[in-house]
Amino acid sequence: MSELTQLTLKDALAGLKARRFSAVELARAHLDAIAAARALNAYVLETPDKALAMAEASDARLKAGDGGPLEGASLGIKDLFCTEGVRSTAASRILGDFKPTYESTVTANLWRDGAVMLGKLNMDEFAMGSSNETSAFGPVVSPWRSRGSNRPLTPGGSSGGSAAAVAADLALAATATDTGGSIRQPASLTGTVGIKPTYGRCSRWGIVAFASSLDQAGPIAKTVEDAAILLRSMSGHDPKDSTSLPLAVPDFPSFVGRPVKGLRIGVPKEYRADGMPAEIEKLWEAGVAWLKDAGCEVVDVSLPHTRYALPAYYIIAPAEASSNLARYDGMRYGLRAEAPTLTETYEATRAAGFGEEVRRRVLIGAYVLSAGYYDAYYLKAQKVRRRIADDFSAAFERVDALLTPTAPSAAFGLGENTADPVAMYLNDIFTVTVNLAGLPGLSVPCGLDAQGLPLGLQLIGRAEDEGTLFQLGGALEKAADFRARPERWWRA
Amino acid sequence: MAIDAATVRKVAHLARIRVGDDQLDRLATELSGILTWIEQLSEVDTEGVAPMASTEAVPLPMREDVVTDGGDAAKVLANAPKSDRGFFVVPKVVE
Repeated sequence: MSELTQLTLKDALAGLKARRFSAVELARAHLDAIAAARALNAYVLETPDKALAMAEASDARLKAGDGGPLEGASLGIKDLFCTEGVRSTAASRILGDFKPTYESTVTANLWRDGAVMLGKLNMDEFAMGSSNETSAFGPVVSPWRSRGSNRPLTPGGSSGGSAAAVAADLALAATATDTGGSIRQPASLTGTVGIKPTYGRCSRWGIVAFASSLDQAGPIAKTVEDAAILLRSMSGHDPKDSTSLPLAVPDFPSFVGRPVKGLRIGVPKEYRADGMPAEIEKLWEAGVAWLKDAGCEVVDVSLPHTRYALPAYYIIAPAEASSNLARYDGMRYGLRAEAPTLTETYEATRAAGFGEEVRRRVLIGAYVLSAGYYDAYYLKAQKVRRRIADDFSAAFERVDALLTPTAPSAAFGLGENTADPVAMYLNDIFTVTVNLAGLPGLSVPCGLDAQGLPLGLQLIGRAEDEGTLFQLGGALEKAADFRARPERWWRA
Repeated sequence: MAIDAATVRKVAHLARIRVGDDQLDRLATELSGILTWIEQLSEVDTEGVAPMASTEAVPLPMREDVVTDGGDAAKVLANAPKSDRGFFVVPKVVE
């Protein structure tokens, strides 16, 4: 039944509803595929017993004719989401064997709608990274390889496990999170679709916090419509998250396939980064041409503060992280490294529990918030953040959405970018602006580079306007007709 | 701005992360590299710009000041490294 894993989420839901196959068969097919793909290291925890129990319950509901919108769908869950009774680590040693006694709101929404959990997905530690190499469980290996090469590549990060699992048919779709690009960059690198919705669209309750003013959950999926289906279930107002938007959830899938004629698309000139590979520039031009062909009007726009977004982010995100991660003190849960005094116990616990990149960011955060530097760094970054958000507001007075590349390169080799932290940070150059402004951003796979590796384009929308992104994303997807799939070299 | 080993030691203590003496110089170099790159923000004119802490225009909602949670000591302690009769067991704080 391995072909079941190749279905889109939409087709799988239709097949389940028509009872052409059962949720148990679908879950088993995925569990078998996962077991045969351990070389990818996409899952940090497989939950076959839970998956089969949930699938059996789904089959009973489907049989009774009262299945939910995701009834029986086999999904992977990023290990940043707390799942009740199921180990949740954020891919950090400091959480150890942490088993939450509660369920995150987003995953609770998925189970409410009938979804089935296959397991927990690998990621960069605390979602800090762009290559999945900071994970305490080791990197995810991308299912994609350059033509004629078996060099292991990154699936991107931080949601590397989510992207790899969807690209390799180890889940129909997956949850992910995005603080500076962690949904969209891995989607771009693996030929999958990923959307970071408007800040506040998905509840952050029960998601391990990294930078609270930037963190948002969203889906990684095989198609634009699949992403819309999953986001519809993940979204919704939650009183337990004070920043959750008190809005009804639009019927996102209904936007896919709507005509885009007359929509105005902005092309921001500042995204033409120095040293951008010619292939990405070419793909971007192709994207503009496809949207024009579909009846969109394309105009040049300027977002003058774009180049300051990453440096501002690397003050704001570490500052919020150093504050959020103060809770890991070894007293109430997770790892405790014993030492003679209380302070030494804290210091030993955090030294043993945090990986190199997390330590680096916590130190940067503590530094920029420390006495004497707060104004020069943190306050300055918050003012620059306002400038960046104002740039977008001005652009959205003239256009309905923006089109940009998602990432500055295709997938790179594992170990290639780890020596220089700033070089790794530059991966988020086109995505991080969107988090700072709280806007939705959608990455759609649009082509392959000369090595046969996927490249994505990003659509950026107005706050609360994911619908237009799904509409345009559907048009882009149709025009690009991206059908490439990785060869299944990993199968045991 | 370049920061030195002594500053790294001070910040590491503020962040409660033990850093060995042999790691101080390397960390000082790495953090200086990042902070120097961040310095370009000084080029941006932010005169009269209000700092932005949240992307949401609406004020934070208020709720009734009532107890909505609690009475779950077993759940709270479920992941404790050490606990005893309903309490967390922690290193001695008062000498």
